[in-house]
Amino acid sequence: MKLLTLNFLTCAIKTCKTNPASFPLHPRDAELEIQEADLNLTFLKNILPRLMWEELRVISSELGLPELPATPPAPADLVEPSNTPLDTAEVTLAEGGAEAQEVEETPSQTAKDLHRILLETCIQEGKLVCGSCGHEYAVKEGVANFLLPGHLV
Amino acid sequence: MPIYLIRLAQVHESFRKVELQALADLAGVSLQFIKYDDNSPYCIVNLPSDSAARKVITRSILAQGIYELWGEGSTYDTLHDSIHDLSASKWSKYQTASFRFTVEGYQGGKSAADQRTIIDSFSYIALKGQPRMRDPDVAFRVFEAYDLNVSEPKYFYFGRFIAESCRNEAKKTYDLKKRHYISTTSMDAELTLLTANIAHVAPGKLFYDPFMGTGGFPIACAHFGAVVFGSDIDGRTIRGLGGSARRGQTGKMDVVGNFKQYSLESSYLGSFVSDLTNTPLRILPIDEDYTKGYLDGIVCDPPYGIREGLKVLGSRQQLLDTERQSHQDQYMLPGYIPPKKPYSFTALLDDILAFAVATLVADGRLSMWMPTANDEDIELIIPNHPCLELESVCVQAFNKWSRRLLTYRRLRESEVPEGALEAVKRDYEQGTRASDLNDFRRKYFQGFKEFESMKKEFIRMKAGPPRELDAEVPKR
Ligand SMILES: [Zn+2]
Repeated sequence: MKLLTLNFLTCAIKTCKTNPASFPLHPRDAELEIQEADLNLTFLKNILPRLMWEELRVISSELGLPELPATPPAPADLVEPSNTPLDTAEVTLAEGGAEAQEVEETPSQTAKDLHRILLETCIQEGKLVCGSCGHEYAVKEGVANFLLPGHLV
Repeated sequence: MPIYLIRLAQVHESFRKVELQALADLAGVSLQFIKYDDNSPYCIVNLPSDSAARKVITRSILAQGIYELWGEGSTYDTLHDSIHDLSASKWSKYQTASFRFTVEGYQGGKSAADQRTIIDSFSYIALKGQPRMRDPDVAFRVFEAYDLNVSEPKYFYFGRFIAESCRNEAKKTYDLKKRHYISTTSMDAELTLLTANIAHVAPGKLFYDPFMGTGGFPIACAHFGAVVFGSDIDGRTIRGLGGSARRGQTGKMDVVGNFKQYSLESSYLGSFVSDLTNTPLRILPIDEDYTKGYLDGIVCDPPYGIREGLKVLGSRQQLLDTERQSHQDQYMLPGYIPPKKPYSFTALLDDILAFAVATLVADGRLSMWMPTANDEDIELIIPNHPCLELESVCVQAFNKWSRRLLTYRRLRESEVPEGALEAVKRDYEQGTRASDLNDFRRKYFQGFKEFESMKKEFIRMKAGPPRELDAEVPKR
């Protein structure tokens, strides 16, 4: 499972969900693996405002990954400043209507770093632990198991 | 606004307009239907430009192609008159272009010699460029629509080719017969891709399937550019230790393997084992801002448990202290199986809608499949929620039952009626509303008595020889 997933996961126990300590889940004995993936700038821009940044920093530091900046980057920080200002950007006249040509954007170092952490770093084995109730969810072969045992449903 | 002819596949009729509208909305272009008939493969629309037409159609699964309409009529004479009236001003533009000119019949057709004569009758357009079958500058097509077993066409269209859809290529690429890992319940590729289009999948969006099985919907969503993840109550399905519907399939096949087969693993976040009634996903954001969703869309074909009954985690009766202790002692051991209890169909639907409301961004889509018996006595249920707007209902009919694709839009905060979110929040805190197995369910599933034959029908459809139901094949 890619680390971004942890930004959406809390404890599966209903009564825990209202307790802020149930998010994020804390990785324990985690075996990490890097799985190379194509950098998807459109997706990073879309998902950035939805990230719980503080919690992402916590997970990242618990896993011993490079420290993330204290404040989340702005969407504009994900793109290298363009050499061609937008107003002189090429505009093609498509048949039947004007259409601005898509300008190819170059991902910034910030985008590459985020991509590395969120979309290339995977937890393969280990546990995810709830900070509220202490319940441990096992991760095997990259798949976490959130089925609750009989005494917790 | 220019007028276009869309050549549709004559299949899944009730999905066709819905798909086109969804693709137009996604492309941000205005689309107006001028002429549409479920019984016809030709649809006439208004679109602002060729590039808008191209954007909409290149992603379509149920369209074959789009043409600028140059004329139409019920005889060749009226067709030629119509071309003079509608498009005479456009002829000169293509005078020197290399061109292709073809005649296509629906439910009928002409001999090559007759086609030649037909093409010659268009000589007044005065195309002086080179005829070229491959990659011409411009392509024209005459469409002849026949009634079944009638030798002369009843209607004609003439158009300039704009764009082809991705239908043939996508269906071929994602054909289940060639997929590494599938199960008996895998939905065919055409329908999963269609579902992704109707759910507004687009590059950069995040999509989730809570009942992913072998990953059919997430794969279709990833094909159209979304980043995807999913879950299933059965971990064996995800990890690939379960059985497979494919004869002669050996070795370990898993969901990741499917993504790799299509080079889509960059768009796959992973999956986890869970039950929607006890989802580990964030549903009450930490900051108590209930409207802050993070999913752009949810697509799913929930398990209906028609034969076995639905199951969710939990025990039928309150556990004794000793039983609780034994669960507590054993749950981390390999092979521990959590207890499950029966669950009602309506409760499942309520849970899915509530989950969607709690996780979707504003304007995000929920596209959900649901079975219905073809029986007038059975009340047709369409679940609803004050924060969701039902956008479309598409029906795929079989002999004794149908299934519907329901698509909802998550309302924006400003659109949600006052107090509605509070009520939803209360429901969550109290747990599921209708967890009892009620009369309604019994009545509902009486229509499914012949479930076994229905299931066979289903499997036959999937396993049968490749059948192209489109185009010129007469409909029974
Ligand atoms: Zn917990």
